[in-house]
Amino acid sequence: MEDAIISVRNLHKWYSGVHALKGVSLDLKRGEALGLVGDNGAGKSTLINILSGVHTADEGEILVEGRPVRIARPRDAMNLGIETIYQYNSTVPTMSIARNLFIGREPTLFSVFGVGILDQKQMASESIKAIANVDLHLRSPDALVGELSGGQRQGVAIARAMHFKSKVMILDEPTNHLSVKETSKVIGFVRGLKAQGVTGVFISHNMHHVFDCCDRVVAMARGEVVLDKRIEETSIDEVHNVL
Amino acid sequence: MKRLFKTYLEKPELAGLILLVLLVVIFEIRSNGVFLNQDNLRGMLGILPETGLVAIGVTILMISGEFDLSVGSVFALMPMCMAVLMVEGVPFPLALLAGLVVCAVIGFINGYVTIWFEIPSFITTLGMLFIARSLTIVVSGGFPPLLPADLPNWLFTSFVGPGNMFRMSFLWFAGIALLTSLMLSRTNFGNWIKATGGFHPAAASMGIPTARVKLACFVLCSMLSGFAGMLQVLRLGSPLPSIGEGLELQAVASAVIGGASLAGGIGTVAGGIIGTILIRIIDNGLVLSNVDANWFKFAIGFLTIFAVVANAWMRKRAKAIKMEG
Ligand SMILES: Nc1ncnc2c1ncn2[C@@H]1O[C@H](COP(=O)(O)OP(=O)(O)OP(=O)(O)O)[C@@H](O)[C@H]1O
Ligand SMILES: [Mg+2]
Repeated sequence: MEDAIISVRNLHKWYSGVHALKGVSLDLKRGEALGLVGDNGAGKSTLINILSGVHTADEGEILVEGRPVRIARPRDAMNLGIETIYQYNSTVPTMSIARNLFIGREPTLFSVFGVGILDQKQMASESIKAIANVDLHLRSPDALVGELSGGQRQGVAIARAMHFKSKVMILDEPTNHLSVKETSKVIGFVRGLKAQGVTGVFISHNMHHVFDCCDRVVAMARGEVVLDKRIEETSIDEVHNVL
Repeated sequence: MKRLFKTYLEKPELAGLILLVLLVVIFEIRSNGVFLNQDNLRGMLGILPETGLVAIGVTILMISGEFDLSVGSVFALMPMCMAVLMVEGVPFPLALLAGLVVCAVIGFINGYVTIWFEIPSFITTLGMLFIARSLTIVVSGGFPPLLPADLPNWLFTSFVGPGNMFRMSFLWFAGIALLTSLMLSRTNFGNWIKATGGFHPAAASMGIPTARVKLACFVLCSMLSGFAGMLQVLRLGSPLPSIGEGLELQAVASAVIGGASLAGGIGTVAGGIIGTILIRIIDNGLVLSNVDANWFKFAIGFLTIFAVVANAWMRKRAKAIKMEG
Protein backbone atom coordinates (compact mmCIF):
# COMPACT_ATOMS: atom_id res chain seq x y z
CA MET A 1 0.00 0.00 0.00
CA GLU A 2 2.96 2.36 -0.46
CA ASP A 3 1.03 4.36 -3.03
CA ALA A 4 -1.98 4.91 -0.74
CA ILE A 5 -2.32 8.55 0.28
CA ILE A 6 -4.96 7.75 2.90
CA SER A 7 -5.68 4.35 4.42
CA VAL A 8 -8.35 3.66 6.97
CA ARG A 9 -8.33 0.44 8.95
CA ASN A 10 -11.30 -1.06 10.73
CA LEU A 11 -13.13 2.19 11.52
CA HIS A 12 -16.08 2.00 13.90
CA LYS A 13 -18.47 4.76 14.82
CA TRP A 14 -21.46 4.70 17.13
CA TYR A 15 -23.97 7.54 17.42
CA SER A 16 -25.65 6.91 20.76
CA GLY A 17 -26.85 3.44 19.85
CA VAL A 18 -26.64 3.65 16.06
CA HIS A 19 -23.68 1.63 14.77
CA ALA A 20 -22.99 3.90 11.78
CA LEU A 21 -19.63 2.44 10.71
CA LYS A 22 -18.94 -1.26 11.24
CA GLY A 23 -15.27 -1.78 10.58
CA VAL A 24 -14.59 0.12 7.39
CA SER A 25 -11.21 -0.36 5.70
CA LEU A 26 -10.28 1.52 2.56
CA ASP A 27 -7.20 2.61 0.62
CA LEU A 28 -7.23 5.83 -1.31
CA LYS A 29 -4.53 5.77 -3.99
CA ARG A 30 -2.58 8.86 -4.84
CA GLY A 31 -4.02 10.71 -7.83
CA GLU A 32 -7.14 8.62 -8.26
CA ALA A 33 -10.72 9.83 -8.19
CA LEU A 34 -12.78 7.58 -5.95
CA GLY A 35 -16.56 7.44 -6.19
CA LEU A 36 -18.33 6.63 -2.94
CA VAL A 37 -21.92 5.46 -3.31
CA GLY A 38 -24.58 3.98 -1.06
CA ASP A 39 -28.15 4.40 0.10
CA ASN A 40 -29.29 7.12 2.52
CA GLY A 41 -27.84 6.39 5.94
CA ALA A 42 -25.19 3.98 4.61
CA GLY A 43 -22.47 5.85 6.49
CA LYS A 44 -20.78 7.79 3.69
CA SER A 45 -20.96 11.16 5.40
CA THR A 46 -19.92 9.59 8.68
CA LEU A 47 -16.75 8.20 7.07
CA ILE A 48 -16.03 11.57 5.46
CA ASN A 49 -16.68 13.47 8.68
CA ILE A 50 -14.12 11.32 10.44
CA LEU A 51 -11.52 11.98 7.74
CA SER A 52 -12.19 15.71 7.90
CA GLY A 53 -12.12 15.96 11.68
CA VAL A 54 -15.76 16.89 12.25
CA HIS A 55 -16.27 13.62 14.14
CA THR A 56 -13.77 11.18 15.58
CA ALA A 57 -13.85 7.41 15.16
CA ASP A 58 -14.58 5.26 18.19
CA GLU A 59 -12.24 2.55 16.97
CA GLY A 60 -9.81 2.05 14.11
CA GLU A 61 -6.82 3.68 12.53
CA ILE A 62 -6.13 6.33 9.90
CA LEU A 63 -2.85 6.46 7.97
CA VAL A 64 -1.85 9.40 5.80
CA GLU A 65 1.02 8.62 3.44
CA GLY A 66 1.76 5.56 5.54
CA ARG A 67 1.99 7.33 8.87
CA PRO A 68 -0.66 6.83 11.57
CA VAL A 69 -2.37 10.15 12.31
CA ARG A 70 -4.88 11.53 14.77
CA ILE A 71 -7.51 13.79 13.25
CA ALA A 72 -9.26 15.33 16.24
CA ARG A 73 -10.59 18.52 14.68
CA PRO A 74 -11.08 20.06 11.23
CA ARG A 75 -7.85 21.98 11.50
CA ASP A 76 -5.86 18.73 11.84
CA ALA A 77 -7.33 17.46 8.58
CA MET A 78 -6.61 20.73 6.80
CA ASN A 79 -3.01 20.64 8.00
CA LEU A 80 -2.70 17.16 6.51
CA GLY A 81 -3.94 18.53 3.19
CA ILE A 82 -7.44 17.08 3.39
CA GLU A 83 -10.08 19.59 2.26
CA THR A 84 -13.77 18.79 2.36
CA ILE A 85 -16.73 20.24 0.55
CA TYR A 86 -19.72 19.26 2.62
CA GLN A 87 -23.11 17.93 1.74
CA TYR A 88 -24.70 21.01 3.23
CA ASN A 89 -23.08 24.15 1.94
CA SER A 90 -19.74 24.87 3.51
CA THR A 91 -19.84 28.62 2.93
CA VAL A 92 -21.34 31.41 5.04
CA PRO A 93 -24.04 33.19 2.99
CA THR A 94 -23.88 36.43 4.98
CA MET A 95 -20.20 36.96 4.20
CA SER A 96 -18.39 38.08 1.06
CA ILE A 97 -16.64 35.70 -1.32
CA ALA A 98 -13.22 36.96 -0.25
CA ARG A 99 -14.02 36.50 3.44
CA ASN A 100 -15.42 33.04 2.78
CA LEU A 101 -12.30 31.92 0.98
CA PHE A 102 -10.18 32.61 4.03
CA ILE A 103 -12.50 31.60 6.90
CA GLY A 104 -10.35 30.28 9.72
CA ARG A 105 -7.15 30.86 7.70
CA GLU A 106 -7.17 34.62 7.29
CA PRO A 107 -3.87 36.23 6.35
CA THR A 108 -2.93 38.80 9.00
CA LEU A 109 -0.54 41.75 8.99
CA PHE A 110 0.56 40.78 12.49
CA SER A 111 -1.03 38.80 15.26
CA VAL A 112 -0.88 38.17 18.99
CA PHE A 113 -1.92 34.71 20.17
CA GLY A 114 -3.42 34.02 16.75
CA VAL A 115 -5.62 37.11 16.70
CA GLY A 116 -4.58 39.93 14.42
CA ILE A 117 -5.38 42.55 11.80
CA LEU A 118 -6.62 41.15 8.47
CA ASP A 119 -4.46 41.65 5.41
CA GLN A 120 -7.37 42.76 3.24
CA LYS A 121 -5.21 43.60 0.24
CA GLN A 122 -3.82 40.09 0.11
CA MET A 123 -7.30 38.61 0.63
CA ALA A 124 -8.70 40.60 -2.27
CA SER A 125 -5.93 39.80 -4.74
CA GLU A 126 -5.64 36.14 -3.81
CA SER A 127 -9.37 35.57 -3.93
CA ILE A 128 -9.53 36.94 -7.46
CA LYS A 129 -6.83 34.46 -8.45
CA ALA A 130 -8.42 31.58 -6.58
CA ILE A 131 -11.77 32.13 -8.26
CA ALA A 132 -10.22 32.44 -11.72
CA ASN A 133 -8.22 29.23 -11.17
CA VAL A 134 -11.34 27.12 -10.94
CA ASP A 135 -12.82 28.84 -13.97
CA LEU A 136 -15.52 30.54 -11.97
CA HIS A 137 -16.63 33.87 -13.38
CA LEU A 138 -17.75 36.16 -10.61
CA ARG A 139 -18.01 39.90 -10.76
CA SER A 140 -16.24 40.82 -7.55
CA PRO A 141 -14.81 39.07 -4.50
CA ASP A 142 -16.81 41.50 -2.37
CA ALA A 143 -20.18 40.08 -3.42
CA LEU A 144 -22.07 38.20 -0.73
CA VAL A 145 -22.04 34.43 -1.13
CA GLY A 146 -25.77 34.44 -0.28
CA GLU A 147 -26.41 36.11 -3.64
CA LEU A 148 -24.71 33.38 -5.67
CA SER A 149 -26.38 30.38 -7.26
CA GLY A 150 -25.93 26.97 -5.66
CA GLY A 151 -23.34 25.98 -8.24
CA GLN A 152 -21.37 29.18 -7.78
CA ARG A 153 -21.37 28.62 -4.02
CA GLN A 154 -19.93 25.16 -4.49
CA GLY A 155 -17.45 26.81 -6.85
CA VAL A 156 -16.34 29.12 -4.05
CA ALA A 157 -15.89 26.13 -1.72
CA ILE A 158 -13.90 24.31 -4.42
CA ALA A 159 -11.79 27.41 -5.10
CA ARG A 160 -11.02 27.59 -1.41
CA ALA A 161 -9.95 23.96 -1.25
CA MET A 162 -7.73 24.39 -4.32
CA HIS A 163 -6.24 27.62 -3.07
CA PHE A 164 -4.99 25.94 0.09
CA LYS A 165 -3.23 23.30 -2.03
CA SER A 166 -5.10 20.29 -0.81
CA LYS A 167 -3.67 16.85 -1.51
CA VAL A 168 -7.01 15.15 -1.05
CA MET A 169 -10.31 16.76 -1.87
CA ILE A 170 -13.50 15.20 -0.56
CA LEU A 171 -16.79 16.26 -2.12
CA ASP A 172 -19.87 15.05 -0.23
CA GLU A 173 -22.84 15.22 -2.63
CA PRO A 174 -21.64 18.50 -4.12
CA THR A 175 -24.25 18.37 -6.87
CA ASN A 176 -27.31 18.33 -4.59
CA HIS A 177 -29.85 20.94 -5.64
CA LEU A 178 -27.81 21.95 -8.68
CA SER A 179 -29.13 22.43 -12.18
CA VAL A 180 -27.99 20.07 -14.94
CA LYS A 181 -25.59 22.65 -16.30
CA GLU A 182 -24.02 23.42 -12.94
CA THR A 183 -23.82 19.71 -12.12
CA SER A 184 -21.81 19.04 -15.25
CA LYS A 185 -19.45 21.83 -14.25
CA VAL A 186 -18.80 20.17 -10.91
CA ILE A 187 -18.32 16.79 -12.64
CA GLY A 188 -15.87 18.40 -15.01
CA PHE A 189 -14.05 19.76 -12.06
CA VAL A 190 -13.72 16.35 -10.41
CA ARG A 191 -12.31 15.03 -13.71
CA GLY A 192 -9.79 17.86 -13.73
CA LEU A 193 -8.48 17.09 -10.25
CA LYS A 194 -6.08 14.44 -11.52
CA ALA A 195 -4.36 16.89 -13.84
CA GLN A 196 -3.71 19.09 -10.83
CA GLY A 197 -2.26 16.16 -8.91
CA VAL A 198 -5.09 16.11 -6.38
CA THR A 199 -6.69 12.92 -5.12
CA GLY A 200 -10.47 13.11 -5.03
CA VAL A 201 -13.32 11.42 -3.20
CA PHE A 202 -16.68 12.06 -4.83
CA ILE A 203 -19.91 11.10 -3.11
CA SER A 204 -23.09 10.98 -5.14
CA HIS A 205 -26.39 9.19 -5.41
CA ASN A 206 -26.19 9.45 -9.18
CA MET A 207 -24.35 6.40 -10.50
CA HIS A 208 -23.93 7.96 -13.93
CA HIS A 209 -22.06 10.89 -12.45
CA VAL A 210 -19.75 8.55 -10.55
CA PHE A 211 -19.05 6.42 -13.60
CA ASP A 212 -18.52 9.63 -15.55
CA CYS A 213 -15.69 11.08 -13.53
CA CYS A 214 -14.19 8.45 -11.22
CA ASP A 215 -11.49 5.77 -11.56
CA ARG A 216 -12.79 3.52 -8.82
CA VAL A 217 -16.10 2.98 -7.12
CA VAL A 218 -16.70 1.98 -3.50
CA ALA A 219 -20.20 1.06 -2.39
CA MET A 220 -21.32 1.19 1.22
CA ALA A 221 -24.39 -0.33 2.82
CA ARG A 222 -25.41 -0.30 6.49
CA GLY A 223 -22.02 0.92 7.66
CA GLU A 224 -19.90 -1.53 5.66
CA VAL A 225 -18.01 -1.52 2.37
CA VAL A 226 -19.83 -3.98 0.10
CA LEU A 227 -18.01 -3.36 -3.18
CA ASP A 228 -14.65 -1.86 -4.12
CA LYS A 229 -13.72 -2.08 -7.82
CA ARG A 230 -12.15 -0.15 -10.65
CA ILE A 231 -14.71 1.44 -12.96
CA GLU A 232 -13.58 -0.75 -15.93
CA GLU A 233 -14.16 -3.91 -13.90
CA THR A 234 -17.73 -3.21 -12.87
CA SER A 235 -20.97 -1.76 -14.15
CA ILE A 236 -23.80 0.40 -12.89
CA ASP A 237 -25.99 -2.68 -12.66
CA GLU A 238 -23.51 -4.57 -10.49
CA VAL A 239 -23.24 -1.66 -8.08
CA HIS A 240 -27.02 -1.34 -7.94
CA ASN A 241 -27.31 -5.03 -7.14
CA VAL A 242 -25.11 -4.92 -4.05
CA LEU A 243 -26.90 -1.93 -2.55
CA MET B 1 -22.41 54.20 -9.61
CA LYS B 2 -24.77 51.25 -9.54
CA ARG B 3 -22.25 49.29 -7.54
CA LEU B 4 -21.87 52.12 -5.05
CA PHE B 5 -25.64 52.29 -4.65
CA LYS B 6 -25.83 48.55 -4.11
CA THR B 7 -22.99 48.54 -1.60
CA TYR B 8 -24.79 51.19 0.45
CA LEU B 9 -28.14 49.43 0.28
CA GLU B 10 -26.41 46.35 1.68
CA LYS B 11 -25.09 48.21 4.72
CA PRO B 12 -27.21 46.95 7.62
CA GLU B 13 -27.10 50.24 9.52
CA LEU B 14 -28.36 52.37 6.62
CA ALA B 15 -32.06 52.36 7.58
CA GLY B 16 -31.20 53.45 11.11
CA LEU B 17 -28.92 56.20 9.86
CA ILE B 18 -31.58 57.66 7.56
CA LEU B 19 -34.15 57.58 10.38
CA LEU B 20 -31.64 59.27 12.66
CA VAL B 21 -31.09 62.20 10.31
CA LEU B 22 -34.85 62.53 9.72
CA LEU B 23 -35.69 62.56 13.41
CA VAL B 24 -32.98 65.07 14.26
CA VAL B 25 -34.37 67.45 11.65
CA ILE B 26 -37.97 66.94 12.83
CA PHE B 27 -37.19 67.39 16.51
CA GLU B 28 -34.97 70.38 15.84
CA ILE B 29 -37.86 72.11 14.04
CA ARG B 30 -40.57 71.00 16.50
CA SER B 31 -38.57 72.15 19.51
CA ASN B 32 -37.71 75.52 17.97
CA GLY B 33 -33.99 74.86 18.01
CA VAL B 34 -33.76 73.67 21.60
CA PHE B 35 -33.04 70.09 20.55
CA LEU B 36 -29.56 70.72 19.16
CA ASN B 37 -28.53 73.44 21.57
CA GLN B 38 -25.51 72.91 23.75
CA ASP B 39 -27.25 72.13 27.03
CA ASN B 40 -29.57 69.56 25.58
CA LEU B 41 -26.82 67.86 23.58
CA ARG B 42 -24.65 67.76 26.66
CA GLY B 43 -27.41 66.05 28.59
CA MET B 44 -27.90 63.42 25.91
CA LEU B 45 -24.18 62.79 25.44
CA GLY B 46 -23.88 62.27 29.20
CA ILE B 47 -26.32 59.35 29.21
CA LEU B 48 -25.49 57.86 25.82
CA PRO B 49 -22.32 55.98 26.89
CA GLU B 50 -24.26 53.96 29.45
CA THR B 51 -26.88 52.48 27.16
CA GLY B 52 -24.46 52.63 24.22
CA LEU B 53 -21.89 50.30 25.78
CA VAL B 54 -24.59 47.75 26.60
CA ALA B 55 -25.85 47.95 23.02
CA ILE B 56 -22.33 47.34 21.68
CA GLY B 57 -22.02 44.17 23.74
CA VAL B 58 -25.46 42.91 22.81
CA THR B 59 -24.89 43.67 19.12
CA ILE B 60 -21.60 41.76 18.95
CA LEU B 61 -23.09 38.82 20.82
CA MET B 62 -26.08 38.85 18.49
CA ILE B 63 -23.78 38.77 15.44
CA SER B 64 -22.18 35.64 16.91
CA GLY B 65 -25.67 34.14 16.99
CA GLU B 66 -26.54 34.45 20.69
CA PHE B 67 -28.61 36.60 23.05
CA ASP B 68 -28.10 38.16 26.47
CA LEU B 69 -31.13 39.16 28.51
CA SER B 70 -29.10 39.49 31.71
CA VAL B 71 -27.33 42.73 30.74
CA GLY B 72 -29.75 44.94 32.71
CA SER B 73 -29.18 42.95 35.89
CA VAL B 74 -25.41 42.85 35.42
CA PHE B 75 -25.61 46.61 34.86
CA ALA B 76 -26.87 46.89 38.47
CA LEU B 77 -24.86 44.07 40.03
CA MET B 78 -21.38 45.19 39.02
CA PRO B 79 -21.53 48.71 40.61
CA MET B 80 -23.29 47.24 43.64
CA CYS B 81 -20.43 44.80 44.20
CA MET B 82 -17.97 47.66 43.82
CA ALA B 83 -19.88 49.86 46.28
CA VAL B 84 -20.06 47.14 48.90
CA LEU B 85 -16.33 46.42 48.54
CA MET B 86 -15.46 50.10 48.80
CA VAL B 87 -17.54 50.47 51.93
CA GLU B 88 -15.37 47.68 53.33
CA GLY B 89 -12.33 49.83 52.57
CA VAL B 90 -11.21 48.24 49.30
CA PRO B 91 -9.61 50.93 47.08
CA PHE B 92 -11.40 51.92 43.87
CA PRO B 93 -9.06 50.23 41.32
CA LEU B 94 -9.27 46.90 43.14
CA ALA B 95 -13.04 47.18 43.47
CA LEU B 96 -13.28 47.97 39.75
CA LEU B 97 -11.20 44.92 38.95
CA ALA B 98 -13.32 42.72 41.21
CA GLY B 99 -16.51 44.08 39.65
CA LEU B 100 -15.25 43.30 36.17
CA VAL B 101 -14.27 39.81 37.26
CA VAL B 102 -17.82 39.26 38.55
CA CYS B 103 -19.15 40.32 35.14
CA ALA B 104 -16.70 38.07 33.33
CA VAL B 105 -17.75 35.11 35.48
CA ILE B 106 -21.43 35.78 34.76
CA GLY B 107 -20.73 36.05 31.04
CA PHE B 108 -18.73 32.84 31.20
CA ILE B 109 -21.54 31.00 32.97
CA ASN B 110 -24.08 32.31 30.43
CA GLY B 111 -21.90 31.07 27.58
CA TYR B 112 -20.79 27.82 29.14
CA VAL B 113 -24.30 26.67 30.05
CA THR B 114 -25.65 27.75 26.66
CA ILE B 115 -22.98 26.03 24.62
CA TRP B 116 -22.26 22.83 26.53
CA PHE B 117 -25.83 21.98 27.41
CA GLU B 118 -27.07 23.21 24.03
CA ILE B 119 -29.73 25.42 25.59
CA PRO B 120 -31.00 28.53 23.78
CA SER B 121 -29.19 31.54 25.25
CA PHE B 122 -32.58 33.20 25.50
CA ILE B 123 -33.37 30.78 28.35
CA THR B 124 -29.93 30.76 30.02
CA THR B 125 -29.71 34.51 30.19
CA LEU B 126 -33.37 34.90 31.18
CA GLY B 127 -32.48 32.82 34.21
CA MET B 128 -29.39 34.94 34.77
CA LEU B 129 -31.55 38.09 34.57
CA PHE B 130 -33.35 36.98 37.74
CA ILE B 131 -30.29 35.54 39.44
CA ALA B 132 -28.11 38.64 38.96
CA ARG B 133 -30.92 41.01 39.97
CA SER B 134 -31.56 39.00 43.10
CA LEU B 135 -27.84 38.94 43.93
CA THR B 136 -27.73 42.71 43.53
CA ILE B 137 -30.36 43.18 46.21
CA VAL B 138 -28.88 40.52 48.48
CA VAL B 139 -25.39 42.02 48.19
CA SER B 140 -26.73 45.50 48.92
CA GLY B 141 -28.19 44.21 52.16
CA GLY B 142 -31.56 45.81 51.48
CA PHE B 143 -30.51 49.43 51.20
CA PRO B 144 -27.93 51.00 48.90
CA PRO B 145 -24.49 51.52 50.50
CA LEU B 146 -23.02 55.01 50.56
CA LEU B 147 -20.29 55.62 48.03
CA PRO B 148 -17.01 56.94 49.46
CA ALA B 149 -16.26 60.59 48.73
CA ASP B 150 -12.87 60.11 47.07
CA LEU B 151 -14.02 58.50 43.80
CA PRO B 152 -11.99 59.06 40.60
CA ASN B 153 -14.79 61.08 38.99
CA TRP B 154 -12.23 62.93 36.91
CA LEU B 155 -11.66 59.68 35.04
CA PHE B 156 -15.31 58.81 34.39
CA THR B 157 -17.88 61.55 34.89
CA SER B 158 -16.20 64.98 34.83
CA PHE B 159 -17.07 67.29 31.96
CA VAL B 160 -14.30 67.89 29.43
CA GLY B 161 -13.79 69.21 25.92
CA PRO B 162 -14.75 72.45 24.21
CA GLY B 163 -17.56 74.13 26.15
CA ASN B 164 -17.48 71.17 28.57
CA MET B 165 -19.48 69.28 25.98
CA PHE B 166 -18.62 65.72 27.05
CA ARG B 167 -18.28 63.71 30.17
CA MET B 168 -15.17 61.55 30.44
CA SER B 169 -17.50 58.56 30.09
CA PHE B 170 -18.09 59.63 26.51
CA LEU B 171 -14.38 59.27 25.74
CA TRP B 172 -14.42 55.75 27.20
CA PHE B 173 -17.46 55.00 25.08
CA ALA B 174 -15.89 56.41 21.91
CA GLY B 175 -12.66 54.50 22.53
CA ILE B 176 -14.41 51.20 23.21
CA ALA B 177 -16.73 51.72 20.23
CA LEU B 178 -13.75 52.31 17.95
CA LEU B 179 -11.84 49.28 19.25
CA THR B 180 -14.77 46.87 19.08
CA SER B 181 -15.73 48.16 15.66
CA LEU B 182 -12.20 47.56 14.36
CA MET B 183 -12.15 44.17 16.00
CA LEU B 184 -15.32 43.17 14.20
CA SER B 185 -14.43 44.52 10.76
CA ARG B 186 -10.65 44.34 10.57
CA THR B 187 -9.44 41.33 12.54
CA ASN B 188 -9.60 37.62 11.93
CA PHE B 189 -11.44 37.27 15.23
CA GLY B 190 -14.19 39.53 13.86
CA ASN B 191 -14.36 37.27 10.84
CA TRP B 192 -14.82 34.26 13.11
CA ILE B 193 -17.64 35.99 15.01
CA LYS B 194 -19.49 36.71 11.77
CA ALA B 195 -18.91 33.23 10.40
CA THR B 196 -20.01 31.56 13.64
CA GLY B 197 -23.26 33.51 13.69
CA GLY B 198 -23.73 33.46 9.92
CA PHE B 199 -23.69 29.70 9.43
CA HIS B 200 -22.44 27.66 12.34
CA PRO B 201 -21.82 24.32 10.56
CA ALA B 202 -19.64 25.97 7.93
CA ALA B 203 -17.67 27.91 10.53
CA ALA B 204 -17.09 24.80 12.63
CA SER B 205 -16.07 22.66 9.67
CA MET B 206 -13.56 25.31 8.60
CA GLY B 207 -11.82 24.90 11.93
CA ILE B 208 -13.07 27.99 13.74
CA PRO B 209 -13.23 27.39 17.52
CA THR B 210 -16.90 28.43 17.57
CA ALA B 211 -17.48 27.60 21.23
CA ARG B 212 -14.59 29.80 22.33
CA VAL B 213 -15.67 32.58 19.97
CA LYS B 214 -19.17 32.63 21.45
CA LEU B 215 -17.84 32.38 24.98
CA ALA B 216 -15.63 35.42 24.37
CA CYS B 217 -18.63 37.37 23.07
CA PHE B 218 -20.70 36.45 26.15
CA VAL B 219 -17.90 37.58 28.46
CA LEU B 220 -17.35 40.82 26.51
CA CYS B 221 -21.08 41.59 26.59
CA SER B 222 -21.31 41.10 30.35
CA MET B 223 -18.19 43.16 31.05
CA LEU B 224 -19.35 46.06 28.89
CA SER B 225 -22.75 46.02 30.63
CA GLY B 226 -21.21 46.03 34.08
CA PHE B 227 -18.80 48.81 33.14
CA ALA B 228 -21.73 50.82 31.76
CA GLY B 229 -23.62 50.30 35.02
CA MET B 230 -20.65 51.63 36.94
CA LEU B 231 -20.63 54.76 34.75
CA GLN B 232 -24.28 55.36 35.57
CA VAL B 233 -23.76 54.87 39.29
CA LEU B 234 -20.83 57.29 39.29
CA ARG B 235 -22.96 59.83 37.43
CA LEU B 236 -25.93 59.42 39.79
CA GLY B 237 -23.74 59.16 42.88
CA SER B 238 -25.60 56.22 44.37
CA PRO B 239 -25.76 52.47 43.56
CA LEU B 240 -29.48 51.82 43.32
CA PRO B 241 -30.32 48.11 43.00
CA SER B 242 -33.06 48.83 40.47
CA ILE B 243 -31.01 50.50 37.72
CA GLY B 244 -30.92 48.88 34.32
CA GLU B 245 -34.36 47.33 34.54
CA GLY B 246 -35.72 46.85 31.03
CA LEU B 247 -32.34 47.73 29.58
CA GLU B 248 -31.94 44.27 28.02
CA LEU B 249 -34.85 44.80 25.65
CA GLN B 250 -33.81 48.34 24.84
CA ALA B 251 -30.37 47.00 23.94
CA VAL B 252 -31.87 44.34 21.68
CA ALA B 253 -34.02 47.07 20.10
CA SER B 254 -30.88 49.19 19.53
CA ALA B 255 -29.09 46.32 17.87
CA VAL B 256 -32.05 45.44 15.67
CA ILE B 257 -32.77 49.06 14.71
CA GLY B 258 -29.10 49.26 13.78
CA GLY B 259 -29.50 46.36 11.38
CA ALA B 260 -28.31 43.37 13.42
CA SER B 261 -30.09 40.14 12.54
CA LEU B 262 -31.69 38.00 15.25
CA ALA B 263 -30.49 35.00 13.29
CA GLY B 264 -26.85 36.10 13.66
CA GLY B 265 -24.11 36.87 11.17
CA ILE B 266 -25.31 40.36 10.24
CA GLY B 267 -24.74 43.64 12.07
CA THR B 268 -22.20 46.29 12.95
CA VAL B 269 -21.06 48.10 16.08
CA ALA B 270 -21.91 51.39 14.37
CA GLY B 271 -25.44 50.10 13.80
CA GLY B 272 -25.91 49.26 17.48
CA ILE B 273 -24.72 52.76 18.39
CA ILE B 274 -27.02 54.39 15.83
CA GLY B 275 -29.90 52.39 17.34
CA THR B 276 -29.01 53.61 20.82
CA ILE B 277 -28.77 57.23 19.68
CA LEU B 278 -32.16 56.90 18.00
CA ILE B 279 -33.76 55.68 21.19
CA ARG B 280 -32.13 58.46 23.24
CA ILE B 281 -33.20 61.04 20.69
CA ILE B 282 -36.79 59.88 20.75
CA ASP B 283 -36.82 59.90 24.54
CA ASN B 284 -35.46 63.43 24.61
CA GLY B 285 -37.20 64.78 21.52
CA LEU B 286 -40.68 63.74 22.62
CA VAL B 287 -40.20 65.61 25.89
CA LEU B 288 -38.91 68.71 24.14
CA SER B 289 -41.79 68.73 21.67
CA ASN B 290 -44.26 68.53 24.56
CA VAL B 291 -45.54 65.09 23.63
CA ASP B 292 -46.96 62.99 26.46
CA ALA B 293 -43.98 60.94 27.75
CA ASN B 294 -46.10 57.81 27.74
CA TRP B 295 -45.69 57.69 23.98
CA PHE B 296 -41.99 56.86 24.45
CA LYS B 297 -42.38 53.09 24.50
CA PHE B 298 -44.86 53.27 21.67
CA ALA B 299 -42.30 55.13 19.58
CA ILE B 300 -39.51 52.64 20.39
CA GLY B 301 -41.77 49.74 19.49
CA PHE B 302 -42.86 51.33 16.26
CA LEU B 303 -39.31 52.26 15.37
CA THR B 304 -38.03 48.73 15.98
CA ILE B 305 -40.56 47.17 13.67
CA PHE B 306 -40.24 49.93 11.10
CA ALA B 307 -36.43 49.72 10.98
CA VAL B 308 -36.46 45.96 10.50
CA VAL B 309 -39.06 46.17 7.75
CA ALA B 310 -37.09 48.95 6.04
CA ASN B 311 -33.92 46.91 6.32
CA ALA B 312 -35.46 43.81 4.83
CA TRP B 313 -36.86 45.88 1.99
CA MET B 314 -33.53 47.51 1.24
CA ARG B 315 -31.70 44.21 1.30
CA LYS B 316 -34.16 42.83 -1.18
CA ARG B 317 -33.70 45.87 -3.41
CA ALA B 318 -29.93 45.47 -3.20
CA LYS B 319 -30.21 41.83 -4.19
CA ALA B 320 -32.36 42.80 -7.18
CA ILE B 321 -29.64 45.05 -8.54
CA LYS B 322 -27.71 42.62 -10.68
CA MET B 323 -24.19 43.60 -11.49
CA GLU B 324 -22.59 42.94 -14.85
CA GLY B 325 -21.06 39.49 -15.37
N1 LIG C 1 -24.74 13.45 14.06
C1 LIG C 1 -25.41 12.30 14.11
N2 LIG C 1 -26.03 11.91 15.24
C2 LIG C 1 -26.69 10.73 15.31
N3 LIG C 1 -26.79 9.86 14.31
C3 LIG C 1 -26.20 10.18 13.14
C4 LIG C 1 -25.48 11.41 12.98
N4 LIG C 1 -24.99 11.47 11.71
C5 LIG C 1 -25.40 10.32 11.13
N5 LIG C 1 -26.12 9.54 11.96
C6 LIG C 1 -26.67 8.22 11.65
O1 LIG C 1 -25.62 7.44 11.15
C7 LIG C 1 -26.06 6.67 10.03
C8 LIG C 1 -25.18 6.98 8.84
O2 LIG C 1 -25.45 8.32 8.40
P1 LIG C 1 -24.63 9.07 7.27
O3 LIG C 1 -25.00 10.51 7.33
O4 LIG C 1 -23.19 8.74 7.39
O5 LIG C 1 -25.23 8.45 5.94
P2 LIG C 1 -24.96 8.82 4.42
O6 LIG C 1 -24.46 7.61 3.76
O7 LIG C 1 -24.14 10.03 4.31
O8 LIG C 1 -26.45 9.13 3.92
P3 LIG C 1 -26.98 10.24 2.89
O9 LIG C 1 -26.85 9.67 1.53
O10 LIG C 1 -28.42 10.40 3.27
O11 LIG C 1 -26.21 11.48 3.10
C9 LIG C 1 -27.51 7.00 9.86
O12 LIG C 1 -28.26 5.96 10.48
C10 LIG C 1 -27.71 8.28 10.57
O13 LIG C 1 -29.01 8.37 11.10
MG1 LIG D 1 -24.45 11.99 3.64
